[in-house]
Amino acid sequence: MTNEKRVQLPIANETAASLRAGDLLLLSGTFYTGRDAAHARMIENLNKGGELPFDIKDQLIYYVGPSPAKPGYAVGSAGPTSSYRMDPYTPRLIELGLRAMLGKGNRSAEVISAMRKYSAVYLTVPGGAAALISRSIVKSEVIAYEDLGTEAVHRFTVKDMPVIVTIDSHGNNLYEAAINREAKTYIKK
Amino acid sequence: MREIGVSLIREKICELFLSANYAISEDIACAVMEARESEEEPLAKTVLSQLSENYEIAKAESLPICQDTGMAIVFAEVGQDVHIVGGDFFSAVNDGMKRAYDEGYLRKSVLKDPLFERINTGDNSPVILHTDIVSGDKIKLTAVAKGFGSENMSKMRIFTPAEVEQIPDFIADTVADAGSNSCPPVIVGVGLGGTVEKAALLAKKATIRPIGSHNENPGYAALEKSLLSRINRLGIGPAGLGGSATALAVNLEYHPCHIASVPVVVNLCCHASRHSSCTI
Repeated sequence: MTNEKRVQLPIANETAASLRAGDLLLLSGTFYTGRDAAHARMIENLNKGGELPFDIKDQLIYYVGPSPAKPGYAVGSAGPTSSYRMDPYTPRLIELGLRAMLGKGNRSAEVISAMRKYSAVYLTVPGGAAALISRSIVKSEVIAYEDLGTEAVHRFTVKDMPVIVTIDSHGNNLYEAAINREAKTYIKK
Repeated sequence: MREIGVSLIREKICELFLSANYAISEDIACAVMEARESEEEPLAKTVLSQLSENYEIAKAESLPICQDTGMAIVFAEVGQDVHIVGGDFFSAVNDGMKRAYDEGYLRKSVLKDPLFERINTGDNSPVILHTDIVSGDKIKLTAVAKGFGSENMSKMRIFTPAEVEQIPDFIADTVADAGSNSCPPVIVGVGLGGTVEKAALLAKKATIRPIGSHNENPGYAALEKSLLSRINRLGIGPAGLGGSATALAVNLEYHPCHIASVPVVVNLCCHASRHSSCTI
């Protein structure tokens, strides 16, 4: 990739607002993982008056369930899972300060609306490029919900992880742009 | 009668799941490289380059191509002149798969029960085994590691005779609705006809048919080509970020059907269609 912007985590509100769909980023710093089971448990805890297992302000959640790490590797293969399954839980997390999400696939209108309201961004890495993306993850630790195995909340430390801004905080959406361009007649009425 | 020991079956199944998960088949690697050449969008080219690079890293370092190493499926064609000795066939296949997932650092993604006991089985078992009895004294084994980003986007519909003309729209719409969730460029496996389970099985088998092969029936072969070109005009492109490579292949398989009905299953498979075969 060329012309990448370097972005350090956590991501400030103003930084997120300056990003545009189509931007190529190199992420460095630490962020957290979570997929279906971890999201369900986080929201359940919040509903009971409990707290999230990490400080979510200006943070990024990567929707991933990595494969086991081979000896000598920080992490196994770790590509994105489909984000739509996290849509029901996401607006609440954005309200609480979640600044960025990394996954694959389009998001619900509710998620995109919350992203616009609170200046959050949605990023992607190509699905099925899991061994490649793992190279930029230098450290992985389970920090909560260990019983969930691959679905536990991990803290990843990354260096120059190449990601693509797919939906920005202004509502620009690469997925929508792609499909509207030439295929309107095939879209479900 | 030729005797084949379960230990050999176990060993072969383990090898097949390891190679399926680490090494993409040559037809797919080539199709992705060719797709890159014909893309005009820079981002689409970048994504396809990343997919090719990922295949190379996975193979060279024996790493899973995708972290979703799937549910494990085995298609077995067992010659009727084979006598399996030393244990039972299912256990041999299941144990070989378990060994691959354990020793090969593959993700275990199977829950014991869909509704109540949603607890990981811990070893990716059970394998889903489809056995056909065929002529001869050999066993052909095909291991498939099926990821669920694309499995979740698959669809089934039962068409009535009056609705048959709508089937191509249904197939193209399924790919359009899946968008980037199915990890495009995808392989579109379609089973038409038979019963509910026959159509589903044909669709699954269609997902592992070599890229570039076509149905022997010229009518179906022509439909495969026209659907591929229609799907690749959807604009979805690699990773759903725009481009022409939305699908690498549309593979149709059909079966005679009842006078009242045409079951159609569209089974989507990501570009990382992981499968490996051997004959013993």
